[in-house]
Amino acid sequence: MPSKTKTLSKILKYIGIYKLYLIFSTLLAAASVGLTLYVPILIGDAVDLAVDKGLVDFEGLGVILLRIAVVVAVTALLQWLMNVCNNRLTYNVVRDVRRDAFAKIEILPLKYIDSHPTGEIVSRVIADVDQFADGLLMGFTQLFTGVVTILGTLGFMLSINVGISLVVILITPVSLFVAAFIAKMTFSMFKLQSETRGEQTSLIDEMVGSQKVVQAFGRQAQVQEEFDGINDRLEKCSLRAVFYSSITNPGTRFVNSLVYTGVGLTGAIAALRGGISVGQLSCFLSYANQYTKPFNEISGVVTELQNALACAARIFELIEEEPQIPEPENAVELAAPEGSVGLEHVNFSYEPNQRLIEDMNLSVTPGSRVAIVGPTGCGKTTVINLLMRFYDPVSGRITVDGNDVRDITRGSLRRSYGMVLQDTWLRAGTVRDNIAMAKIDASEEEIIAAAKASHAHSFIKRLPQGYDTVIGEDGGGLSQGQKQLLCITRVMLCLPPMLILDEATSSIDTRTELRIQRAFAKMMEGRTSFIIAHRLSTIMDADTILVMKDGHVIEQGRHDELLAKGGFYADLFNSQYNI
Amino acid sequence: MFRLLRYMGSYKKETVLAPLFKMLEAFFELLVPLVMASIIDVGIANRDNGHIIRMCLLMAALGLIGLVCSITAQFFAARAATGFSAKLKRALFAHVQGLSYTELDTLGTGRLITTMTSDINQVQNGVNLVLRLFLRSPVVVFGAMIMAFTIDVPSALTFVVTIPALSIVVFGIMLISIPLYKKVQTGLDRVLVATRENLTGARVIRAFNKEEKETADFNEKNEALTGLQKFVGRISGLMNPVTYVIVNLATVVLIHRGALRVYGGRITQGELVALVNYMSQILVELVKLANLIISVTKAIACGNRVQEIFKVESSLSDDAKSVPDKKSEYAVEFRDVSLRYKNAGADSLSGISFKVKPGQTVGVIGGTGSGKTSLVNLIPRFYEATGGQVLINGSPVADYPLAYLREIIGVVPQKAVLFKGTIRSNLLWGKPDASESELERALATAQAADVVAAKENGLDSPVEQNGGNFSGGQRQRLTIARALVRRPEILILDDSSSALDFATEARLRKAIAEDCGSTLFIVSQRAASIRHADLIIVLDDGLAVGMGAHSQLMKSCEVYREIYESQFGKGEKADAV
Repeated sequence: MPSKTKTLSKILKYIGIYKLYLIFSTLLAAASVGLTLYVPILIGDAVDLAVDKGLVDFEGLGVILLRIAVVVAVTALLQWLMNVCNNRLTYNVVRDVRRDAFAKIEILPLKYIDSHPTGEIVSRVIADVDQFADGLLMGFTQLFTGVVTILGTLGFMLSINVGISLVVILITPVSLFVAAFIAKMTFSMFKLQSETRGEQTSLIDEMVGSQKVVQAFGRQAQVQEEFDGINDRLEKCSLRAVFYSSITNPGTRFVNSLVYTGVGLTGAIAALRGGISVGQLSCFLSYANQYTKPFNEISGVVTELQNALACAARIFELIEEEPQIPEPENAVELAAPEGSVGLEHVNFSYEPNQRLIEDMNLSVTPGSRVAIVGPTGCGKTTVINLLMRFYDPVSGRITVDGNDVRDITRGSLRRSYGMVLQDTWLRAGTVRDNIAMAKIDASEEEIIAAAKASHAHSFIKRLPQGYDTVIGEDGGGLSQGQKQLLCITRVMLCLPPMLILDEATSSIDTRTELRIQRAFAKMMEGRTSFIIAHRLSTIMDADTILVMKDGHVIEQGRHDELLAKGGFYADLFNSQYNI
Repeated sequence: MFRLLRYMGSYKKETVLAPLFKMLEAFFELLVPLVMASIIDVGIANRDNGHIIRMCLLMAALGLIGLVCSITAQFFAARAATGFSAKLKRALFAHVQGLSYTELDTLGTGRLITTMTSDINQVQNGVNLVLRLFLRSPVVVFGAMIMAFTIDVPSALTFVVTIPALSIVVFGIMLISIPLYKKVQTGLDRVLVATRENLTGARVIRAFNKEEKETADFNEKNEALTGLQKFVGRISGLMNPVTYVIVNLATVVLIHRGALRVYGGRITQGELVALVNYMSQILVELVKLANLIISVTKAIACGNRVQEIFKVESSLSDDAKSVPDKKSEYAVEFRDVSLRYKNAGADSLSGISFKVKPGQTVGVIGGTGSGKTSLVNLIPRFYEATGGQVLINGSPVADYPLAYLREIIGVVPQKAVLFKGTIRSNLLWGKPDASESELERALATAQAADVVAAKENGLDSPVEQNGGNFSGGQRQRLTIARALVRRPEILILDDSSSALDFATEARLRKAIAEDCGSTLFIVSQRAASIRHADLIIVLDDGLAVGMGAHSQLMKSCEVYREIYESQFGKGEKADAV
């Protein structure tokens, strides 16, 4: 965890851009608090001019009342301007932080994205930044004005009467102690409450998430019983947490009323001795009211600020994460590659002490079809990760048309491949947007032609709004097979020079799969392609079949050759075809 | 939102007592300026030390009574709020349990979960705040006005003008900003979706070189959000300054009028101070109120979301009281059945008719999206057929009590879901009172005995949420065992042996036939899984394009032959298998 001061200095750097707002806001706060505190004095003065029957100085009163009106109007204007400044400052800073966080996400190495749960990163960019904004805004509006108010009130009070001021200064801290004491007392209750709530949330998550199974087994009653058990416990412990914590306000209010009484007592006695006037006493009374309020607020703001700081630290951690290796200055732009691919002594592992791919060598001639087969976890998908340069090999090199991929711009390398993965990914938007992702300016005819080639047209046609049907995030509402068809359409549309299919048709029925493969085969004529498949029937006519096991290529050759060899591939093949 | 308040029903006492004690507290607080006025007018004017001290003790006493009242109020408020939310949660959970598949599809799991967790918590907070604080403010505001009237009627008229003006400002700003806050929330949602998509789709986005465009899109969304936030901030930032101006201008008027009254000898100086104090109490109260309003509006919005779910009624009626007698020799019969999902453009199934005798096996095969799962989902009445009739033992499924129907049918869904607990607790879902031997028998039939044997604690081995500590194939076999524990009359395997190798799957089918004698429905994409079935239904785009035994379909059904050949190669090879 970076130290608080470091985080603070980073926050200040962001705020620094909007220095002007900060300066304005500070000046406005000081001025408006000063004026706010001036008003009770004026009111006190006014009261002093209305002493008794027939004893009222109307001329003086008029002047003072006019002054009050002007001061109040100016104060309100200053307050509003201050609010606007704080708002702008906060939301601009927050926008900048989000922008930087997102920009970092786009250039983070995939290793980071793969190894961190999505929810966690999202919560940094959304929830943490929000919390940070709240704390920042509260800090600006309340902390500063609170402190100024306390200091200002003290100054004004001391200038009127030292004795009464001392009474206020002595009693007020009691309310802070009361608040702190209750907070400490209730901490364990809140902890229990949030634990129980967590338990309930996970039950809801699990049961509602699989509601259909619950109903299929007619388990509603039992599940409800379980839920009620937790719910009852939650009710009990949250009653305690809510009640005990809600004592804080009455407690501090009681202390405040003691302050008020103290001021009344000492003030009245002072007035008896002629130390102060009645107007000054009324002014003191309103100060006594004002003075205690910021104390209560500040204690709240401090916790909020600490929280904000912790959130900021988490966001900065993301923003400062090491990005992927930048491209060299003179990186080659791969224009129309022929499609020869080579792997030379490639070693790779995700974890330093767990070797995965060892000394892999491969030379693919342009236009050939390479199939990769092998048991789960043998490194098939890793090869794809390396080809697409989602990861870089630990040692050795990968070439395309004789160029080391590290010397090629990432953009042009990836443009050369068309990729369909087993994990389909679709975004919230229309079907058309999803298909045209790789080719934004594609015409209607091109899109439909691609969809027909991938056999997606017939199901798209039947969706409520056809190609304009909006699908939810991650293709909500579509079946896994339909999602795969859309992903294939996406690639069919842009026709890249090389192709990667990683279990691309695993959720599609075999008959459609066969048809799609025919379409692919036609499309891929003269194009280099890499295919990973579970069903061996789909790769039998590949030019080269790589059989992988534990990160090594253990067999390599054509289907017939490998079958004749009677090795690992032959076993694999027979296990799928014999019952 | 307000219809939810019926769950407050059993907390009537609390909901009345909490605000009542709040009002008492406010009342005692309102007495304070009067006491202060007495100190000034009697104590100071008459130089009566004893009176001053007595009055100060009275003020302290008022503070103490106020403390007691407000703690009492807090207690009742807390009890009503937590009790209310517990009842509401319970009712909502029960409501969701009673929804049918159709409603679950429309509402979506994500929505249900957020509503049951975060929305309800917001509602609880809102109720608590309203009971504790929201009712206090009007009492103080109007109480201050009434107290002012008791002091001097003409001066108090200032209050009568001020309070409506303040209400207009407070509620006006509130009304304007609520929809704006909603917009901000939507803007934030967009930013969230963009962020999540760029993480989940990192590979695709990079493969298509969309990084720059994505960044530009994000910045646009981010900028829009910031603009909205600033706009709302400017408006809601008006609240404090404007109320401040109104209250203080009112004070100016009050002093002016009061001074005239003092001059005329109608009120004393102390009473003037009291009037000014009442005005400033209103200001303090308003500031608190303004801070609350956002939380309360949020609570109302969330309450409306909860209410929306309550409004969704199950579309399945469950009126049947008794199990109808067996009327037919067929276990399951479809008569010209069609199904169209809610909001769908076309039928997912149409014109399906077939009959199955007890103990027979039915294979359902067809392409992606051809309606296989839809067909079997009609048997346990997960969905209601929109045309034709589904009969079990000769009676329509709607004539059976739902609970009974689901008891005699075992379903193994596509997605193998296990629940947190132990292997045993998961198996007992099938039959809560199953004996040890029944469990073992089910496991053996499901070919899952070795899964349990491999675990150190056998049946009592822990299962993580979603069965995360088991492989796909293990999960499938355990879910099959779960359905077998109850020895169902009808067993439906919905593509639920796809992760098993062919040999295991064949053993499984054989064991089920020998052990249970259930009428078996097997949904599969693999021809090998269903080729031995007594009846094979070949679906294509929701139509039954072929029906019969394997050898028959190979001759007559083009689609079936294509499926078969795509998996086994042509002619002679297939027969060799």
